[in-house]
Amino acid sequence: MSTLAVAVESRSPVRRLVWAMPVAAALLVYPWVASQYQAMLLAYGLVMAIAALGFNLLLGYTGLLSFGHSAFFGVGAYTVALMVKYLNVGSMELFLVGAVVGSAVVAGIFGFVCVRYTRIFFGILTLALSQVLWSLAFKFFWVTGGTDGLRVPTPMLVGFSGGKTDKIEFLAHAYYYYVLVIFFACVASMWVIVSSPFGKALQAIRDNETRAEFVGIQVRRYRWVAFLVSGVFTGVAGALWVPLNGLITPENLHWTFSGKIVFMTVLGGFSAFAGPIIGAVLYNYLEAYAVGNTVYWQFVLGTVLVVLVLSLPTGVVGTADRLIARWGGRS
Amino acid sequence: MDFFFIHLLNALLSAATLFLIAGGLSLIYGVMRIVNLAHGNLYAFGAYVTAWTLGRALAGAPTPLLYLALPAGAVGAALLGAVLEPTLLRPFYKRAEEYQLLVTFGLLMILGDVMHFVWGPYPLSASALWENSGSVSIAGNPYPNYNLVVIAIGGIAAAFLWFFVYKTRFGVVLRATSQNMRMASALGVDVNRMYVQAFTLGCFMAGLGGAIIVPSQSAVLDMGVDALVLSFIVVVIGGLGSLEGALVGALIVGVVREAGIAWFPEIELAVLYLMAAAVLLVRPAGLFGRAT
Repeated sequence: MSTLAVAVESRSPVRRLVWAMPVAAALLVYPWVASQYQAMLLAYGLVMAIAALGFNLLLGYTGLLSFGHSAFFGVGAYTVALMVKYLNVGSMELFLVGAVVGSAVVAGIFGFVCVRYTRIFFGILTLALSQVLWSLAFKFFWVTGGTDGLRVPTPMLVGFSGGKTDKIEFLAHAYYYYVLVIFFACVASMWVIVSSPFGKALQAIRDNETRAEFVGIQVRRYRWVAFLVSGVFTGVAGALWVPLNGLITPENLHWTFSGKIVFMTVLGGFSAFAGPIIGAVLYNYLEAYAVGNTVYWQFVLGTVLVVLVLSLPTGVVGTADRLIARWGGRS
Repeated sequence: MDFFFIHLLNALLSAATLFLIAGGLSLIYGVMRIVNLAHGNLYAFGAYVTAWTLGRALAGAPTPLLYLALPAGAVGAALLGAVLEPTLLRPFYKRAEEYQLLVTFGLLMILGDVMHFVWGPYPLSASALWENSGSVSIAGNPYPNYNLVVIAIGGIAAAFLWFFVYKTRFGVVLRATSQNMRMASALGVDVNRMYVQAFTLGCFMAGLGGAIIVPSQSAVLDMGVDALVLSFIVVVIGGLGSLEGALVGALIVGVVREAGIAWFPEIELAVLYLMAAAVLLVRPAGLFGRAT
């Protein structure tokens, strides 16, 4: 794992805020200046950013590559859809609670099994377990709708329904802000987690498992907690994603969807905190425009991935950081 | 009893193709320590090449000629592999395996769309061979002769591979490289050449798997991704990097799938994945794997 151990944090918190404030302001005014379509597209990107942020707690900070994060995304999303179908719930807050509980249970069980291994076996084990859920969603069509999936109507936000507003209008404004608030909350809590002693312990495990164990860190237990937290973040993203999309199908449980989450994280750069966030938003635009312009969008994305891994292994954020450092060093 | 016999034949049928795909995956992992996520699409590529050759280029040709042209897909996949390994995979051997997984995942996406571009979005079939081969009567039910041919090809391929790996000089060098790449290199083995050969052989097997399946089923775009996950189960059960393991794993998965389709169709796939997870937990190196 030592090859992955690039210095994760180097810049000071003050400089970080200088970067973060204008971005946050831009995100706040965006629905007022951009079209409804653009606002929804960004909302999708922010939702995926939460998923990738959770995923990167395992890859970037703990050094475990999961190829099964579609499981937690799908569990979050299906929990919402099943709450609508069987319990007639319509409140987004209840959906989020349900998704947190659902993904925590699944991540707790999967994590218990998976953290016994690392490296390639960890990846295959997560993939195999997520495929169990995929095949169940695929086959038990009387519960999950099979490949047709389940529809989810627009929910009530903090007790208010969209009323008579147009659905797109609702998603592009009210729902966008709802996503944005949760996104800020997730970024802030992930920041607290990775900066805490727990986060530092995870990085110690990633860099040198044996040494971490000798320092007194209970390696397997820490990995399990990281797995759990990571799964819950991705589950929250799944819950936020469903009302936006209006439909959940087994496709979001398939291992190729896990591959997309990995892709996003590597695109942004897994050794920077902001990497998965920027990667997810960028990937979302990339996919939307590739799908919109060509039937061969998979070719486009695959080529981007191969070129990226070949030439920019530190991702967009890592490369930008290096360029800024070099430029700053010269002036 | 006869009912049982038909099921057994069907189980052997799916085991034959699964062994070819998973055996190639396992061989590549054993020698090069790379889990090739694009492997499923090399199998699909073999299927498409054979479907095109038999169904379009040689449409209407006599059956013996069709049988001769059947391995076209295997040759096509092998050629593709011989190009891909030195150009795309070689830069990654010294890097973390996460990157290897990612680059092969990208390759999986690219190959899928290349096939989409070349052969279009519709299924491509070459059923003439399957229809012309006729059928035998097993316990009063007709059973396609072609399926028996596929089972035979799977068996012959397994025997050849065993001979190749355990009885030839090439096999000795291959096993030496697999066990200790640096030592083999120090003793004068051209590791780069070995890697190309092993990768090409692995792709040949995947392509052959696709080629023999295509007269009885059409070549479709999704087949690669589906086959990949099944062959993952096979190699996890049998042990990554072990050919004997791939054979036993393919037989187990073939039997369980056949039983699943007959008796528990809803959870057939879930049972397979859970089996793989259970084997990983009890014996992480698989039933036949070496502890590494």
